[in-house]
Amino acid sequence: MKLHEYQAKQVFADAGIPTPESQLASDVDGVLTAAEEIGYPVAVKAQVQVGGRGKAGGIELVENEEEAREAAESIIGMDLKGYHVGQVLVEGAVDFVDELYVGITMDRGEGKPVAMVSTKGGVNIEEVAEEDPEAIAREHIDPSFGMHPYQARKAVYDAGVDKAVARDVSSVLTTLYQLWDDRDGSDAEINPLMVTGDDEVIAADAVMNIDEDALFRQPELAEMEAEAASGGDELEQKADEYDFDYVRLEGNTGIIGNGAGLVMTTLDLVDHYGGEPANFLDVGGGAKADRIANALDMVFSDDNVDSVVFNIFGGITRGDEVAKGINEALEQFDEIPKPVVVRLAGTNWEEGMEILNEDLVTVEQTLEDAVQRAVEYAEEGQA
Amino acid sequence: MSVLVDDDTRVVVQGITGGEGKFHAEQMMEYGTNVVAGAVPGKGGQEAAGVPVYDTVHEAVEEEDADTSVIFVPPAFAGDAIFESLDSDLELAVAITEGIPTQDMARVNKRLTETDTRLIGPNCPGLITPGEAKLGILPGNIFADGNVGLVSRSGTLTYQVVDNLTNRGIGQTTAIGIGGDPIIGTDFVDALELFENDDETEAIVMCGEIGGEDEEEAAAFIDENVDTPVAGFIAGRTAPPGKRMGHAGAIVSGSGTGTAESKISALNDAGVPVGDTPEEVADHIEEFLA
Repeated sequence: MKLHEYQAKQVFADAGIPTPESQLASDVDGVLTAAEEIGYPVAVKAQVQVGGRGKAGGIELVENEEEAREAAESIIGMDLKGYHVGQVLVEGAVDFVDELYVGITMDRGEGKPVAMVSTKGGVNIEEVAEEDPEAIAREHIDPSFGMHPYQARKAVYDAGVDKAVARDVSSVLTTLYQLWDDRDGSDAEINPLMVTGDDEVIAADAVMNIDEDALFRQPELAEMEAEAASGGDELEQKADEYDFDYVRLEGNTGIIGNGAGLVMTTLDLVDHYGGEPANFLDVGGGAKADRIANALDMVFSDDNVDSVVFNIFGGITRGDEVAKGINEALEQFDEIPKPVVVRLAGTNWEEGMEILNEDLVTVEQTLEDAVQRAVEYAEEGQA
Repeated sequence: MSVLVDDDTRVVVQGITGGEGKFHAEQMMEYGTNVVAGAVPGKGGQEAAGVPVYDTVHEAVEEEDADTSVIFVPPAFAGDAIFESLDSDLELAVAITEGIPTQDMARVNKRLTETDTRLIGPNCPGLITPGEAKLGILPGNIFADGNVGLVSRSGTLTYQVVDNLTNRGIGQTTAIGIGGDPIIGTDFVDALELFENDDETEAIVMCGEIGGEDEEEAAAFIDENVDTPVAGFIAGRTAPPGKRMGHAGAIVSGSGTGTAESKISALNDAGVPVGDTPEEVADHIEEFLA
């Protein structure tokens, strides 16, 4: 789960990391009032969770009321890489001489957190990592001890940060690790961490991603999640309500299955047989009939979908429950909205086949046959 | 022969009084697994699935000579349950639980370097030696005894590939589901090493997926150390970057690491054919065994 910039900044500021003065606004008047109170120049920043907001026109630096009005009118309500901009952060512009990068993430290869510092802040750090890996100092942290103070200093010195601000940068890094650790972060990042002419450091951006599996013990952040999730794809929001692992894609063959690896494989086979997957939908383990019916409702709600392939290999999921759910979902229609191809295997598949109303669906015995049939239907549906 | 589990394995089930724990303890016993005890704090002295329950794993080891634990504990408490098994002198711990916070697993990962206990999982279906024993939730009836070792990050994909093999009369020595999380105990390299050293295993199937670099490391290991023929499958060729495909570990990062192409080409370079479909994987294995 990703926090919005304004949420992450609040979390950072509460922990004592210096951030610029800022206010959230959702209309032009709000932007003008905020800018007046903070004092020009200010930055007007779209609050959506995509990278490269600046390049896409989602961030404007403005000097006066006229520019602020123009920026507010163009940014609020804009479509930024598929996300509707409902809110902007109005923030005091920082007069900087240097831009640094500091971040904490989980190095999955090592199975340990890693702290990173670079003097090449203000640009896409992943590009820096690729083109000039030496420019990023890395320090792995033993999660059972936490970050020792010397490790923060070492990362800062290794990165070549100016001595005049090294102590303050170390202190920001230490706080950032504490937050990452206390709040079950997956990534915590400040890019850029700006250095002013008076040798002050200030977090001009803030990224805080939280491990979704740990939200049960982060009630404050879980509350922020509802707000953070707003503005995304409508169907993905619906999937959240149904508690499905769902990703919307561009194609027209809808896909439902159980287990991430098998669902991914079904997507890949749709592609392999010349079709285009419309989505990834994993009903999870042990799904009962109502959940299966919800999954069909989900995929039918996507206007792009021309056919659906339902691929279940039961381990803890039972074929009879799946069949009941499919019947339940389809029997409510006078006419089935989109052709559904079903393949059942594994636990209780024979019982499932007995229950399944074969007037409503096409049954195939193997994964390969089911996918090919669904791709054919999708092509016909498109024609 | 087989690896890690056979009919001598003595199992304690952590969380045996919960719905999942009890059901799967019974299923394991029905398959022939020697389940000797359960461990649930506060439930010591009771009986579940026909075996005695102890308050601690330590007691189950003392009283019933358990050497392996299978963990069905809810995610909030599962990290602690894994620590308990690692601190109880077991040979093997298998964590089925899905959704354990990653930071808990980072701490477990550190502890693994200090103990001799091997961990499989978490977020995995477990492992099975067909005809002898299974540890976890795999449906026993699709497996058959034979000479193919299988290691996979995904549960249901394992079932799919096993089904393709079994339908052709190709059985398995042991099938191991190593789990779909970013931080896991036993990885591909560990499992490949076990199969390479097992006399009965004549061919290996390795099912990977997008995310991380474990498949690339496995490819390098195969190139250097594995003589047994290996066939691969990689799920997630069509996954867009930045989207988590169900498994916490299955995500192509923004910088492009963890892609299916990278994994497939690393495996191909190591002489491992990668099937476009599960059927093609079975084709390769059939050729190896011919």
